[in-house]
Amino acid sequence: MNQLELKEDKMLEVRFVGDDDVLNHILDREGGAKLKKERTQLLVNAKKIIKKPECDLEEDDQEVLKDQKYVEVLGRDIPESLKNGSAANGGNKVYSFQNRKHSEKLAKLASELAKTPRKSISCNLKDDPEVTINIPQSSKGHSPSDKVQLKNSDKSEFLSTKSSGLRKRLIVPSSHSDSESEYSASNSEDDERVAQEYEEDSNEVVLSQKIQAQNRVVSAPVCKVTPSKKMKRNKTNDLVEEYFEAHSSSKVLTSDRTLQKLKRAKLDQQTLRNLLSKVSPSFSAELRQLNQQHEQLFHKWMLQLHLGFNIVLYGLGSKRDLLERFRTTMLQDSVHVVINGFFPGISVKSVLNSITEEVLDHVGTFRSVLDQLDWILNKFKEDSSLELFLLIHNLDSQMLRGDKSQQIIGQLSSLRNIYLIASIDHLNAPLMWDHAKQSLYNWLWYETTTYSPYTEETSYENSLLVKQSGSLPLSSLIHVIRSLTPNARGIFRLLIKYQLDNQDNPSYIGLSFQDFYQQCREAFLVNSDLTLRAQLTEFRDHKLIRTKKGTDGVEYLLIPVDNGTLTDFLEKEEEES
Amino acid sequence: MATSSVSKGCFVFKPNFKKRKISVPIEDYFNTGKNVSEDSKLRFETYQLIWQKMKSETEQLQEELNKNLFDSLIEFLQKSHSGFQKNSTDWSCQIRLREIPTAALVLGVNVTDHDLTFRSLTEALQKNVTPYVVSLQAKDCPDMKHFLQKLISQLMDCCVDVESREEESMQATQKKTYCSMGFLSSWYMNVTQTGPKVPSRKRTSSGQWQSPPVVLILKDMESFTTKVLQDFIIISSQHLHEFPLILIFGIATSPVVIHRLLPHAVSSLLCIELFQSLSCKEHLTTVLDKCVLSPSLFYIFQLLLTTQFPFKLSEKVLQALTNIFLYHDFSIQNFIKGLQLSLLEHFYSQPLSVLCCNLPEAKRRISFLSDNQCENIRRLPSFRRYVENQASEKQVALLTNERFLKEETQSLLENLHVYHTNYFLVLRCLHKFTSSLPKYPLGRQIRELYCTCLEKNIWDSEEYTSALQLLRMLAKDELMIILQKCFSVFKSSSGKQLGSTAKRIEEFLTQFQSLDAEAKEEEDASGSQPKGLQKTDLYHLQKSLLEMKELRRTSKKQTRFEVLREKVVNFIDSLVREYLLPPETQPLHEVVYFSAAHTLREHLNAAPRIALHTALNNPYYYLKNEALKSEEGCIPNIAPDICIAYKLHLECSRLINLVDWSEAFATVVTAAETNAGSTVSEEMNEIIHARFIRAVSELELLGFIKPTKQKTDHVARLTWGGC
Repeated sequence: MNQLELKEDKMLEVRFVGDDDVLNHILDREGGAKLKKERTQLLVNAKKIIKKPECDLEEDDQEVLKDQKYVEVLGRDIPESLKNGSAANGGNKVYSFQNRKHSEKLAKLASELAKTPRKSISCNLKDDPEVTINIPQSSKGHSPSDKVQLKNSDKSEFLSTKSSGLRKRLIVPSSHSDSESEYSASNSEDDERVAQEYEEDSNEVVLSQKIQAQNRVVSAPVCKVTPSKKMKRNKTNDLVEEYFEAHSSSKVLTSDRTLQKLKRAKLDQQTLRNLLSKVSPSFSAELRQLNQQHEQLFHKWMLQLHLGFNIVLYGLGSKRDLLERFRTTMLQDSVHVVINGFFPGISVKSVLNSITEEVLDHVGTFRSVLDQLDWILNKFKEDSSLELFLLIHNLDSQMLRGDKSQQIIGQLSSLRNIYLIASIDHLNAPLMWDHAKQSLYNWLWYETTTYSPYTEETSYENSLLVKQSGSLPLSSLIHVIRSLTPNARGIFRLLIKYQLDNQDNPSYIGLSFQDFYQQCREAFLVNSDLTLRAQLTEFRDHKLIRTKKGTDGVEYLLIPVDNGTLTDFLEKEEEES
Repeated sequence: MATSSVSKGCFVFKPNFKKRKISVPIEDYFNTGKNVSEDSKLRFETYQLIWQKMKSETEQLQEELNKNLFDSLIEFLQKSHSGFQKNSTDWSCQIRLREIPTAALVLGVNVTDHDLTFRSLTEALQKNVTPYVVSLQAKDCPDMKHFLQKLISQLMDCCVDVESREEESMQATQKKTYCSMGFLSSWYMNVTQTGPKVPSRKRTSSGQWQSPPVVLILKDMESFTTKVLQDFIIISSQHLHEFPLILIFGIATSPVVIHRLLPHAVSSLLCIELFQSLSCKEHLTTVLDKCVLSPSLFYIFQLLLTTQFPFKLSEKVLQALTNIFLYHDFSIQNFIKGLQLSLLEHFYSQPLSVLCCNLPEAKRRISFLSDNQCENIRRLPSFRRYVENQASEKQVALLTNERFLKEETQSLLENLHVYHTNYFLVLRCLHKFTSSLPKYPLGRQIRELYCTCLEKNIWDSEEYTSALQLLRMLAKDELMIILQKCFSVFKSSSGKQLGSTAKRIEEFLTQFQSLDAEAKEEEDASGSQPKGLQKTDLYHLQKSLLEMKELRRTSKKQTRFEVLREKVVNFIDSLVREYLLPPETQPLHEVVYFSAAHTLREHLNAAPRIALHTALNNPYYYLKNEALKSEEGCIPNIAPDICIAYKLHLECSRLINLVDWSEAFATVVTAAETNAGSTVSEEMNEIIHARFIRAVSELELLGFIKPTKQKTDHVARLTWGGC
């Protein structure tokens, strides 16, 4: 693949492996006893092999595998003993610390590196073209797929022994490895390997981490007696240590592959949606059952809302559909406001505005958000016949999670005749609320795991892999522009051109009003600055431009749309004309 | 969907005006969905009734608790203000005038409850001291300007009913433009001078003062920025002679914090007096903070222990609630919320809870029970147990004859009622005995005792036997004090059966008194053995207990006091064994006991992270599909996409390469899809990639990963360590 690159990396990797090896050397020496059972044994093994380079490759590999299986068995047992019983799941395994994994991976790699001594490589180089590819990669050694490739080369011989242990974990039909994918055959096999490795390691990880860490804390000989006992004692200590260890080194080793090398790198929102619509959801019967369970709670929710509690829903899966059903079945006869917290433009102000303007039919403005809040509070306190249901999807979204927003929503929800039912998704969402806020909200928690995809919630987001096509602002731009007079269009086009001319200028803050006026006048678009201002007001109403006061007090005009979209827009315009 | 749009995030739905008129009464929601459950309306009404009663009782309790505190505070305010009142030219007075009278109110860490206290404090102050009471919170006052603005606007509001409308609007403009201490004091002069001319409701109540002080309450003193606080104190001390300010600091931690926040130069301008929340004061001698904080809880328990409320909590629920209180928030409000929720859950889920009311009413309701409800009664486990122990003809009658069943239920309920009356009396009595024992084998607080009694037969526990042994060693005077207390407990009740108990205790008391003269001699004769015992600790006690046993074996001869003491202890023991049976033994206990502790914990003290992890890690837990069943720690490849992506990401360290991740994901998923060995089409790959994208963005939404710029096409992991 990219051998050059790999060779460059080679030096670095070798040194890193050496560190780990040295550490284990020391441990081993200090302990004086041979450590069995664990990862370290791999290293012991490896060391032995270094001493006797003539040792057979196959044997080693098998030995390693035996060890792995052994560790697997341990890994299966120990987490159970660690279970704290109260949580229905292995609560203590939640987010088990993974960063240690890395050094372990390396340890494993080290052993693998060690057991393919140079000599054998050089002779292999002559015979087998396939291995020549593998060797440099194995020396690179930090990408999981590459690491596996090494194994892969041996795979044909070891498949029987290996797979018996590994396949069990991941229920993969064996025929799969022959299947053709977009990649070359070996590649896809790699990946399967990776996946299997992943699966397998996830079991070991807790255990082996612990054991290894333990090896470091308690100097060797005692540790093989009863690992589980000490584990408890060292557990918290380890976690802290591990955290800092993992975050201290600025270097994180991951493969250097980038998405650009993949053919299908980024999809835009539309194609993504189309593609996903072709997927038939699995477990639909079970999902329906889950949903029905939740729907049975609707009456109870209404009751509890009326009795002064507010309801918050948590759990995996989009709760939007559920809330929507709640709305349509229970709230048809009452005033309610639905707030999409995931909407990027949402703010507390807009929430309050919709309450004052649309619910309470208030005309007029407020000096500040707090004033507005006070006004609403008073209004609701005075008139006890007023009732309002607030449905907030994603109360924990970027826009609403701020302290002030939460405080305001909390104050709203603490009113007797405002009923709040909200959903949260983020892992750390409950951290938004301190005791004071929690008492304002007066939450009752309901777990509603739905497993439904967060389609709507993630569609606004600048997702990692989703290309922002900008089709949305573009089409709205076109729509607005079409409804304008030719002169107005000209004015706008002038502004776009100016902005595009200046797109490389980082300190560009906009076109000053005076300059703009001059340009428009020269193009015979306006005859007085009053007409220009009238046009600008229209743009502003459509949110096509933004004005900003510069440091010198001059007004600057800016189009808050990204340049790519603007270029597209200009092209489209020219096509049409 | 009507609620998704690319241009706005808020959607208001208003029903037609006509429709809105028909509002659904709340009790209709008491039905669980389609099937109308029994007596829901009645149950809801009972719920409302009991809850209202509970609420008012608890409020009253808190008021009582606060009363002493408020009285002393008000006294302090009046005293400190008198200096200003006299307006004397006395030099010492002048000096004192430089100091702002300050009350530091230590309220404890249960911040959520403070609001209530402050609210009632404000009311009390407005009634008794001054109309000008302002309370500020730290979050409203990030700087001096806001501080003064808030202060002024609240002050203006205080006397809004005195001012006319135009003045108010004038003030509104002033509020914006001009906020300074000088303005405040001139306003104050203005108001107090014109005050007497304008007769006002508030003024007359505090009419004894020409110039009422301005009381400023800083609700959360600790969170104010020191600068603001210092500046304000310095400035206002300059104006003190024309603007009589009194400060009240609300302190959650300890009074030391004042000196930590304010340098000496500033704190010397204050004349601080400390007020502990008085209920705590009684318990301050006991060192444990638990005791400092839980007295109000203690009182609420007293409330629960009365027979006044027919509704009872089972041991597990009680434990859950106290745990939330002690280990999570120390908040009485939340405790009461938990109480409300359990009450609601009980009435909502148990159809027979309709009988959970006072006895005469319950009896009346029994006669109106429907056939379905009778069936419900027959289905109760406790009732079935009861039936099984009856004679066979009675069994048949109970199971077939509705009338007979109703009569029986009435008598059973009556028994239950009597059981409770006796239960609480004996519990209190036992508490009197055990609360004074060294090391408190059965707990210091009555709630601990109550919990153990609810849980099991208390006399089977080791603690109980050791407690009894300790009781057998009590000195006479101690025993007599306890007996006195018990006597008053029993006397206060009007129980029928336990009337004789009171008599028995009285007899014991007189016997002890008659012993007095002889006992003294005997005690002298028998040496100082019992006296020496009473001061030792548990270890020594037990040791000497063993010795005593030996002694007793060898020398059978007991003093008369010892005989009597033995009698008393045996008597108590018999009382306990007779009356402190756990409620599960009583037929029909389900009617009044709420036992679903897990629902409480679920709704009050939820663990969203664990739920999320379980859903991702073990989908079988939620989706009961056999295909998803797997060993601990691994998931099958047909699991939902997000679970697979999650599982894979767990293997990575701080950074995750998206390419590797997506390839791993694709392998797992294709393995699941193409089990027939068919070739993977390009389109399928596309779809799988799309699924991966979705899974990743969902994980991002859930907060497991975030995009990073450290390396191209990498994401950063955000979770580590245990939850």
